[in-house]
Amino acid sequence: MFTADLLLNAVVAGVLLGGFYAAVSIGLTISFGQLDVVNIAHPAFVVAGSFCVFVLNERFGLDPILLGLFLTLPFFLAGIGLYRVYFTCFERHGEESLRGLAFFFGVMFIVEVLLIMSFGVDYRLVDTGYIGQSIKLGFIGLPYRLLVPFVVSAVVTVGLYLYLSRTFTGRAILAVSQDRLALRLMGANPISIKQIAFGLAVATAAIAGAMLIVIGPVEPSLGRLYIGRVFAIVVLGGMGSIGGTFVAALILGIVESVVGTMFGPSWAPAVAFGFLLLTLAVRPSGLFGR
Amino acid sequence: MRGAAFWIVAVVIVVAGALGTRLVDNDFIFYASYFVLQFVVLATAWNILGGFTGYVNFGSAAFFAVGAYTSIALDKAFALPLPVLILTGAVASGLIGFGTGYLTLRLRGVYFAIATLALAVVLETLVINWHYVGGATGSYVIPPAEIFFFDTYVEGLFSLMLLLAVAAVAVARYINHSRFGRGLAAIRDDEQAAECMGVPTLKLKLISTTISGGLMGVAGAPYPFFVTYVDPVSAFSLDYAVNAVAMPMIGGTTTWFGPVLGALLLGSLQQWATVTISSELNRLIVGIMLVGFVILAPQGIVGLVRKYLLKARRP
Amino acid sequence: MRHVFRRQRRLLLLGGVLAAAMLSAPLLTPSARAAEPIKIGFGMALTGGLAGAGKAALIAMEIWRDDVNAAGGLLGRQVELVYYDDQTNPSTVPGIYTKLMNVDKVDLVVSGYGTNLIAPAMPIMMSRKKLFMGLFGLAANEQFGYSNYFQIMPAGPEPKTDWSLGFFQIAMEQNPKPKTVALVGADAEFARNALDGARENAKAAGLEIVYDNTYPPATTDYTPVVRAIQATGPDVVFIASYPPDSAGMVRAINEVGLKAKLLGGGMVGLQYASLMTKLGPMLNGIVNYDFWVPAPTLNFQGVNEFLAKYQAKAADAGVDPLGYYLPPYAYAYLQVLGQAVNAVGNLDDQKLADYIRANEFDTVVGKVRFGKNGEWAKTRVLQVQYQGVKSDDLEQFTKHGTRAVLYPKEWKYGDLIYPYAQ
Repeated sequence: MFTADLLLNAVVAGVLLGGFYAAVSIGLTISFGQLDVVNIAHPAFVVAGSFCVFVLNERFGLDPILLGLFLTLPFFLAGIGLYRVYFTCFERHGEESLRGLAFFFGVMFIVEVLLIMSFGVDYRLVDTGYIGQSIKLGFIGLPYRLLVPFVVSAVVTVGLYLYLSRTFTGRAILAVSQDRLALRLMGANPISIKQIAFGLAVATAAIAGAMLIVIGPVEPSLGRLYIGRVFAIVVLGGMGSIGGTFVAALILGIVESVVGTMFGPSWAPAVAFGFLLLTLAVRPSGLFGR
Repeated sequence: MRGAAFWIVAVVIVVAGALGTRLVDNDFIFYASYFVLQFVVLATAWNILGGFTGYVNFGSAAFFAVGAYTSIALDKAFALPLPVLILTGAVASGLIGFGTGYLTLRLRGVYFAIATLALAVVLETLVINWHYVGGATGSYVIPPAEIFFFDTYVEGLFSLMLLLAVAAVAVARYINHSRFGRGLAAIRDDEQAAECMGVPTLKLKLISTTISGGLMGVAGAPYPFFVTYVDPVSAFSLDYAVNAVAMPMIGGTTTWFGPVLGALLLGSLQQWATVTISSELNRLIVGIMLVGFVILAPQGIVGLVRKYLLKARRP
Repeated sequence: MRHVFRRQRRLLLLGGVLAAAMLSAPLLTPSARAAEPIKIGFGMALTGGLAGAGKAALIAMEIWRDDVNAAGGLLGRQVELVYYDDQTNPSTVPGIYTKLMNVDKVDLVVSGYGTNLIAPAMPIMMSRKKLFMGLFGLAANEQFGYSNYFQIMPAGPEPKTDWSLGFFQIAMEQNPKPKTVALVGADAEFARNALDGARENAKAAGLEIVYDNTYPPATTDYTPVVRAIQATGPDVVFIASYPPDSAGMVRAINEVGLKAKLLGGGMVGLQYASLMTKLGPMLNGIVNYDFWVPAPTLNFQGVNEFLAKYQAKAADAGVDPLGYYLPPYAYAYLQVLGQAVNAVGNLDDQKLADYIRANEFDTVVGKVRFGKNGEWAKTRVLQVQYQGVKSDDLEQFTKHGTRAVLYPKEWKYGDLIYPYAQ
């Protein structure tokens, strides 16, 4: 029987799922939405994060999400390094996005293959104390496996939003996406700003990776399944808007969940992406875009 | 290349290929070559929109798969002959290209790219749920034992794909040298300036997308007969999208010749690696080549050779 | 502007030479036409989606080769395996098999793993009248009807329905009889086929189907699916899933608290060590298909020695460390081939095929006899129930105790705990 509480549960499940999607997409919001770097390898970085968390979890037994937070620093530094390479090679404008795209396609393959060579192709899981249990608020069930990532994702989103709007570096990042010349006039070096931004983007991949492996099993080429969703969310939210990304991710999660519950899960992706196509046709700047 | 010379070479290649099937007994050559030629068509098609016009298509697999599944559906329903199926595949994919273009080409190029990505997912979901063509369980296509005067079916397919590849390249070459092509180049270099000069950008972009999509459908239409078992996951595989981008990038995106070179090189390399190294290193090769070329030789091989020849000319 | 055309002509020539070099490279690759060893050629999924099982199968096949060679080889000649990675991509298959037969000149061919990697090779095999041993292709020969194809997969003559036959028989044996069933599975080849069969079995058993849906394999969270199933209140739940969704479904079922009397049936992956150890007690009560478990009734000749050898190698190779699922069957399909060659005395494909069709073979997975379309004459898919599984312990799965064998009756070991309560 399809009752109200089933629908409500579906919506809540969608919200939790959307929180996770937001964590995966927020890095791309920064690199693609704000810096115009077509980082199609971002989901591959997230998967790499999952594997790092897996290894550390096996070795030290600490909570995966905690490990993800520890990994943000090395990932941040790696991001800076990668951006340096990207910047040195692709200085010119115009053809930048095509070449950048091709570059990151290549990086994606390389990351995947390195993961396969190091870990093999088997699925990896983690088990924590809270996986498999849920809280019940009345008739609404909240599995910890999705609740914890949602909460962490919300914290990260708020944190990033505040950082970008309150601190000098943060505002410089927003500024550099809008007007490089003005930024120089203000005395900030656009290159070092951009590299911090990209580093931040890759750092979020570490946290998202930890969430990914908590939610389900991971194997090296899993990232491919997220490419579509992640780009859709960034565009839907309005390129570069952190809040917009979160909302768009929630919408995608809710649509997938509700369609899956009410009409049959097979149609969920088509509806979600059809929604995106519709938005592009009607309001291309996205929900919160300029 | 002067018109007459090109056409002569083209005809010679096709006829030599078809006759060559009588001489060579080793079917492996034909399977490997079919694979490479299919990518010649795909890369050339992608480049019409990507290299000539500057709009990146992320979802080449969708257009390819539409061609393949149109073939399956019509073959099941009416048992149409293969040449007709190629036409229908082209029309179907061309229409999809037109539709996508119409929805998104008014915007920045990046939105078109995202839309093609979304399109690939939507189409894949539709095909998975379409039981007539097998859905997720896949569809079997039993090829006949022989065709025309060829000894085996694969020889016929190979000759057909050779013909299609030459035709696709001819189309690209024609566009490259025509007024239409110059309009596309103007759009690629600076769309706003082109608009100001009076170039009908929307119309040209739509034509370009339709042709590009249609040719990808042409590449996909014989696929079911080549592989005899088609399932959505393989037909919509990301590998097609990546190769469709990588091959023109490696070969050189501004001319009709670049994608051909890139497809021949990368396609043959992949086929060779499949039956020699044969492991995940195959994928590593594609990744490294892509990164390497994009960093070191952004204009592709054609660009490298041009630079070298230009240097050689200086006294 | 003639110099431009000249340059382009040069480029064309360069390209042509390059292409010719590339295309002829495979021909120039040395292909030993050695008279001595018997070469068995195949493609196997070593990368891509099925690589986990494919690599495990390869290890098993190499163990067979080593065993046979240590015992003197086949017909007095050593055996050599020639294989290439099909990347879980059907379009590589025709090329691989033609290379194997035309260039590498292999004597015998066997298939890779999985329907979508077996089917593309069928037309080639048919046109050359080669004997083709298949590994786990669900109903791969149904469309072709090729008489020289023999499948190693215990599904039986009607693979789609035989897969879940045991599950539904167990269901209907219970008292009180269940009335309703929910069918759910992934939008993918095996799962869809299994669900089609399950649907028929359910109807034949007189069960009312209250939920019948599939989900896309890329689904991240299965809680909505499980809730929707719960809302229909089924007695029996049949799930046809792949490893990631099997894990996801098991977890979601525990989180949502789905209570069904009998649950499971076609969940791939629950046989893999990595999933079993991580899911632990959440598995208890699930009745699922399996191919081999360490139960005293399943002590076929040679299987324990084989598993010991496999487990020694598996640890380094990054594949399933227990090897109960595909590896024994990969060993068995070569066993059948080897025994046929020794019995017939030569490598003639037609004679070998006729022999295989007519005889019964003794393998590490028991006695094998082939029936219609090359499928097994009798279905042998096991149904096991997970009982008393503790968390994070791999050892418990190497002994009997965690999986009670419920079906087929001749190998029953243990009893069903019904209804399935968490």
